Amino acid sequence: MAQRTINEKLAILSDAAKYDASCASSGSTKRDSRDGKGLGSNTGSGICHSYAPDGRCISLLKILMTNFCIYDCVYCVNRVSSNVERVRFSVDEVVKLTIDFYRRNYIEGLFLSSGIIRSPDKTMEDMVRIARKLREEENFRGYIHLKTIPDAAPELIAEAGRLADRLSINVELPTDQAVKDYAPEKSPDQIRKAMADVKLRSIASKDRSHSGKRPPRFAPAGQSTQVIVGADGANDATILGQSTRLYGSYGLKRVYYSAFSPIPDASSRLPLVSPPLQREHRLYQADWLLRFYDFRLDEITDTALGGNLDLEIDPKLAWALAHREGFPVDVNSAPREMLLRVPGFGVKTVNRIIATRRHRTLRYEDVARLGASLKKARVFITAQGWSPGGLTDSADLRARFAPPPEQLSLF
Amino acid sequence: MQRIVLPRLGVDKAWRDAARACLAAGLSPEDVTFGQEAAGGLFDEVIQPPKVDASQIKVPKSFVSLAQSVVWHADQRRFDKLYACLHRLQRERGLMQDRADPLVQSLREMEKAVHRCQHKMKAFVRFREIGDPEAARRSFAAWFEPTHHTVEPTATFFSKRFADMDWRIVTPDVTAIFEAGALRFALDMPKPELLEDAHEDLWTTYFCNIFNPARLKVNAMTSEMPKKYWKNLPEAASIPRLISEAPARARAMAEAAPTLPPLRTARVQSAATRGTYWDGPSSGLAAALAGCQRCPLHCQATQVVAGEGPEQAGIMVVGEQPGDREDLEGRPFVGPAGQVLLHAMQQAGLQRDAVYLTNAVKHFKHEVRGKRRIHQTPDRHEVEHCRFWLDTEIRQVKPQIIVALGATAALALTGRKDAIAARRGRTEPGLGGVPALITYHPAHILRLPERADQEAARQALTRDLVAAKALAVP
Repeated sequence: MAQRTINEKLAILSDAAKYDASCASSGSTKRDSRDGKGLGSNTGSGICHSYAPDGRCISLLKILMTNFCIYDCVYCVNRVSSNVERVRFSVDEVVKLTIDFYRRNYIEGLFLSSGIIRSPDKTMEDMVRIARKLREEENFRGYIHLKTIPDAAPELIAEAGRLADRLSINVELPTDQAVKDYAPEKSPDQIRKAMADVKLRSIASKDRSHSGKRPPRFAPAGQSTQVIVGADGANDATILGQSTRLYGSYGLKRVYYSAFSPIPDASSRLPLVSPPLQREHRLYQADWLLRFYDFRLDEITDTALGGNLDLEIDPKLAWALAHREGFPVDVNSAPREMLLRVPGFGVKTVNRIIATRRHRTLRYEDVARLGASLKKARVFITAQGWSPGGLTDSADLRARFAPPPEQLSLF
Repeated sequence: MQRIVLPRLGVDKAWRDAARACLAAGLSPEDVTFGQEAAGGLFDEVIQPPKVDASQIKVPKSFVSLAQSVVWHADQRRFDKLYACLHRLQRERGLMQDRADPLVQSLREMEKAVHRCQHKMKAFVRFREIGDPEAARRSFAAWFEPTHHTVEPTATFFSKRFADMDWRIVTPDVTAIFEAGALRFALDMPKPELLEDAHEDLWTTYFCNIFNPARLKVNAMTSEMPKKYWKNLPEAASIPRLISEAPARARAMAEAAPTLPPLRTARVQSAATRGTYWDGPSSGLAAALAGCQRCPLHCQATQVVAGEGPEQAGIMVVGEQPGDREDLEGRPFVGPAGQVLLHAMQQAGLQRDAVYLTNAVKHFKHEVRGKRRIHQTPDRHEVEHCRFWLDTEIRQVKPQIIVALGATAALALTGRKDAIAARRGRTEPGLGGVPALITYHPAHILRLPERADQEAARQALTRDLVAAKALAVP
């Protein structure tokens, strides 16, 4: 095989990496290089340096170390039975590319993933070597996200956590059975054990010993995972149930949902339809309700027909329409937990309402100025000079929010 | 109306001082206006801020942080609006918490716009290298066009991040220059002529390939990366092409018929079988080994030739692979080379049934020429596949010393393929932690043309076996 140029390798190995949704660079320790001895900083909040026409942010240099892989996961473009061209970056190539991109302010750091070559340990060892060189030789203080290989040796995971800001292990599919069917070499138990291990190490890194000394930091931006939506038959209730367990058991920072998207040279076993982007969007909304709006899982899934979220209206609106007995709520007196349930109110809006109503009685126009989306909220609230009247209970309320029905084409 | 003129650099501190002085002097918002150029209203009178003691003035912290952002907004009226708010705060103590007040609301919106502009500056400044890439301190420059006056408040972000290099960010009004660790500002520098930077091509390659044509969401992109920034972003030139080609690319992926897996698939998958050794019971080993298809050699050989010897032995002897005779009989070291080995073992005082005899590769690799099968040396992959079984045997027999006959056995046991002549007679750390004593392969002895050389090699083999016997004594 002819030696590929860096440009050609970058094309292949970033193409292979784009199916990982995460590009976050937030939530890590604050640091900078004011001392002049290193390069890079982290402010705690992420920066998106560019956006691709798929609407996804580009914050990190997201590449695979190699797309050679001995696994045969049907949904993956890099599976052993795919005919994509295989290449590999050397340790130095990845380090140099990261530093050169960073110095030009293209990126916040590196998100390194890899196909499994030879063995899990060997692969993890090479990835750790890249992170070590960046941190220790180049004094790189930007963001590093390493995808960990579930079966890799514990010492390697420990070192990866010491060097990286975030670790992630993909659960890939919503059920153990689906993992067995579609990713025969991966073991759901092993993936869960690896996540538990990361959590335990992260807890241990926060304990001071009795001498008051701090152990070395471990993945300060926590761990995340990704699940593919729409490749198998699992419904949204199953997917959200898995997320709830993952957030609860392993303290994950994020569960990413990735609509299964057609890949080049796809396996005949998978549905090659356009990716269910709307479904992905609704899952994220439901995920947010679970984490920031004090919704319980069953409250979201109760209104979901056949366990799937309504694609036409968002899950909060769906809940409110099914529970109209609690509405309208008075923005001047309702408790916080009830305001959080109003469609069109975000957490920030609710905080502002609570701060502002100490000073004045809120009118309908005031609520608009606080950032609420009144198109949705107006039928669910009362304010000074505003009452929705019979609107809250009208039979055609859902139709006001859902997109107009589409006439099917005859031809 | 009195007008106070503020400087173009350092306007945050200048406005603060002036506003405090005006407030202490009791000027109401109707009496005074602030601006950065002398040219104001026709009847304005340009004055210096009054010299009064302003130390008594108290404002809430939230106003201070609001003002520190709003002063950088592009709107001419920002200073006056801030002063109006400051003036009202002296009587309306809770004003800052009242998010619904139109003045506070409009200042909050300006603050938000400045924050967003600062954020986009951190994101969209693109440096080009202007110095020697090998220099101890590299230097870079960028041209950027912010919506608000965000260079001054954002420059520290860049000096904290890029402290080990020199850089400058040139904009239509303010330029930030960071040299040798010191940050300074200049006004009205011309747009620099920046040379092409090859990394912009790499970056564009990355941008184009990280994009997934199957999920086109152009509005999501433009809401976060408005078109006004595009002209200074090297990657943005390819956006129209990516958008126009996306539907066809997505359709092509969906329509492409599934292809057959490449030939290497089976090989790679068998190599990836979990574990590096067989972990079943020793009684099942022979059956498992007999069905081995870890590499393609099984297709041509007659049978697997398993190792033989005591279940626990002090010495294990590892050859290269079965020969023609062994392949037919299914037992190791029964051909001509085996005879040479057995003779040397007798000389060394070792009985065949006291030693575990096996091979690095368990199938006979050969090439058929006419009516004969000619031995071929197994390649590195075959040795690696078969190491699975060798490792299994070592774990079961637990020898104290392993004799490696020739280069292939040495490779399997030590991972090194160097010439044997230099390594012969020494022990090296081997597979499973058992020392490996390197010596000649008996077939090599048979191939030596000179009788004297053959004799010397036979004696060397015998000496090595004697040494192994000594090492194996408990």
